[in-house]
Amino acid sequence: MGSNGTGRRRFLKQAAALAGVGVGAGIGGNLASNAQTAKDAHGPAEHLRRGVPLRRGVRMSVDHITFYTPFQDYGGIITPSHLHFVQQHSSHFPEIDAANHRLTIHGLVDRPMSFSMDDLKRLPSVSRVHFLECHANSSSMIHHNGNANMGPPVQYVHGMSSCSEWTGVPLSVLLNEVGLKKEASWLVSEGADPGKFSHTVPLGKALDDVFVAYGQNGEPLRVEQGYPIRLFVPGFEAPFSVKYLSHIKVVDQPYHTFNEGMNHSIPRDDIGGKSRWYHFEQGPKSVITRPSADVMTLTKGYVQITGLAWSGGGKISKVDVSTDGGKTWKEATLQTPVHTKAHTRFTFDWAWNGEETMIMSRCTDDQGEVQPTQKELYTHWGVPEKDMNKPLRGSIHTNMIQPWKIARDGSITNAMFA
Amino acid sequence: MRCSLSLIASAMILAAPATGLAQSPRYNVGTPLSQEEIKSFDFLIGPQGQALPVGRGSAKDGATIFAKRCEVCHGRNGESGVLRRLVLGKPGQPFRGPFKAEDRDSVAYYPYATIAWDYINRAMPVPKPGSLTHDEVYSLTAFILYRNGIIGETDVMDEKTLPKVEMPNRNGFIPAVPVYPPEKKPSWW
Repeated sequence: MGSNGTGRRRFLKQAAALAGVGVGAGIGGNLASNAQTAKDAHGPAEHLRRGVPLRRGVRMSVDHITFYTPFQDYGGIITPSHLHFVQQHSSHFPEIDAANHRLTIHGLVDRPMSFSMDDLKRLPSVSRVHFLECHANSSSMIHHNGNANMGPPVQYVHGMSSCSEWTGVPLSVLLNEVGLKKEASWLVSEGADPGKFSHTVPLGKALDDVFVAYGQNGEPLRVEQGYPIRLFVPGFEAPFSVKYLSHIKVVDQPYHTFNEGMNHSIPRDDIGGKSRWYHFEQGPKSVITRPSADVMTLTKGYVQITGLAWSGGGKISKVDVSTDGGKTWKEATLQTPVHTKAHTRFTFDWAWNGEETMIMSRCTDDQGEVQPTQKELYTHWGVPEKDMNKPLRGSIHTNMIQPWKIARDGSITNAMFA
Repeated sequence: MRCSLSLIASAMILAAPATGLAQSPRYNVGTPLSQEEIKSFDFLIGPQGQALPVGRGSAKDGATIFAKRCEVCHGRNGESGVLRRLVLGKPGQPFRGPFKAEDRDSVAYYPYATIAWDYINRAMPVPKPGSLTHDEVYSLTAFILYRNGIIGETDVMDEKTLPKVEMPNRNGFIPAVPVYPPEKKPSWW
C-alpha cells in the first residue's frame, strides 16, 4: 500500500482508465450514495446526517473499495455497522432489490431450491456476536507511520477487522431443506456483486456454524456489507463470508475460484516456496487501541490501557499486557461475556512514569494458541535473516504482537519495525 | 409450496435426508428449481473443466478482443496496466518459479487454466461482466495463456483442450488435495 499521495494518483489513473470504458462516473457516484446511507428503516446514522466528519478511512481503486474501522474511536466490542470494515472486490457496491432477490442452492442436492427473503426470515434464526477479519489485515506491509488520511495505525494497520451481532438462518437448516447427496463435500458460494465474488467452503464447516446473515446489529445488512444477505463463516478469513449471496452450488471438491486460490494464498519459504490452498481460521490477535500511535499524547499519571483481542479458533481466554517492552507481562481484565470467535475487550490499569517505554498486548485462545511475536512469526514463515526486521510484501495471516513506543514527550509511535 | 402448520409435524418425520442431517426436521420452505432455471444462472466452472460450455478460440483471435476490451485496464498484452499484471514469462518461455508474493496476479500462478476462463466469463470486463460470448472467453483465455508462454499462439482452446493445459504452478499448492478439517493445526500458523 502506497502513501496517500501515491494512492490518490493511482486511483485517478485507474479512474481515468475506466472512464475510457464508460464507468468512470459509476465509481464515485455509487460510493458516495452507498457508503453513507443504507437501505434500511433507520437511514443514515445520525452523526453522519449532522455532518460530523467520518473517521472511517476509505481507499478506492478500480477493483477495490476499502474502509478501515476506527478502533481508536469507540469502546466495547460491537463495531457500529456503518464503521464495519469493507474490502469490496469490485468497482462499486451493487444495488439489490431485496423483494426480488433469491438464494438458490443446487448442485449435489436432492431438491434444488430457491429461497426468497421471506422464506429465509421464516426459518429458524440465530443471532451471534462474531468478528469478521480480512486475511490481509495487519499485513506487515502497512506498518509505518504517517498516513493521516487512513487514520492512525490502529485503524489503517488493524482496522480490517470488525465485530457485530449477526442474525440469520443456519446453513445446516437450508442444506437440510435441499437434501445433500452423499458425494457432497464442499460448496461454492457466489455473490451478485459486479465481480461475482465466489468462494469455496468445506461442507464440514458449512454444517457446523455457518449461517446466511440478513441482520447486523439489529438492522438489515448495510449495502456495503452484502445487503440483503451474506454468507457468514465464523472465525474463518473474511473472503469465505461472501456478500450479496445469490447462489450456493454443492460440489465434491474445492473449486479454487479466482477469489480464493489466486488472490488469497501466498508462497512461503518454510514450505518450499509453495502456497497453502486455504488457511481457514484467523489466528489469535490482540492490539492495544488506546493509548496507541497518533491517537493521543500521554502525560504522566494514570491511563487505562484498553484494546481488542480475537481468535478464529474460539474464545479468548487470556490477554497479557506488557508496559516494559515485553520484559514482563501482567494479565488484563476481560469484558464479559466473552463470545466465541468475537472481539473481546480488555482493560489494564496503568500509570505512566514519564520514561520512554513500549506497551503491547498478547492474547491466548481457548485452544491454547498464543499470539506470536513478529520474530516468531517470521521465523515460522522461513523469512531469510536479512529480511527479519523488514515489512514483508504480501504477508497475510499476520497476527504478530503490536508494540507502541512511548517517547519522553508523551508522543506515541508504531514500533513494529522501529 | 408452503405447508400449513398442521402439516409440519408429519413433514418433519417423513423427510429425513441421507447425509449428515438425518435427525433434523424439514420445514418445506422455498421453491423448487427446474434444471432449465439452474442453467440460466449456474456458470461456475470446476477445476477439471466441469460444466465448461461448448466454444473455441485461439490467442490470435484473443489478441484483437484483448486490445479492444481489456487493454484499457490491463495494459498492452496484459503486461503494464493500472491493474493486475497478468503476465509472467513470455511466449515460448513460461515462468516456472519460484513464485513470490508479487507474482500472484499473473495467470502463470494459477494451478488450473479453467480458473482464468471462469473468472473472465463471470466477472470481466469490469463495465459489463458476463457480456463476452463463450468463443470470446476461450479466445481471451488462450491469449493470456499464450502471453504467459503456457500455450502456442495458434493452439485452439475449447471445452476439451482447456482443462488439459499443463499449468507451471500446478504443484505449487499444499496439501496436494485440500482437506477439511486441515491436517495441520492450527490452520493459520
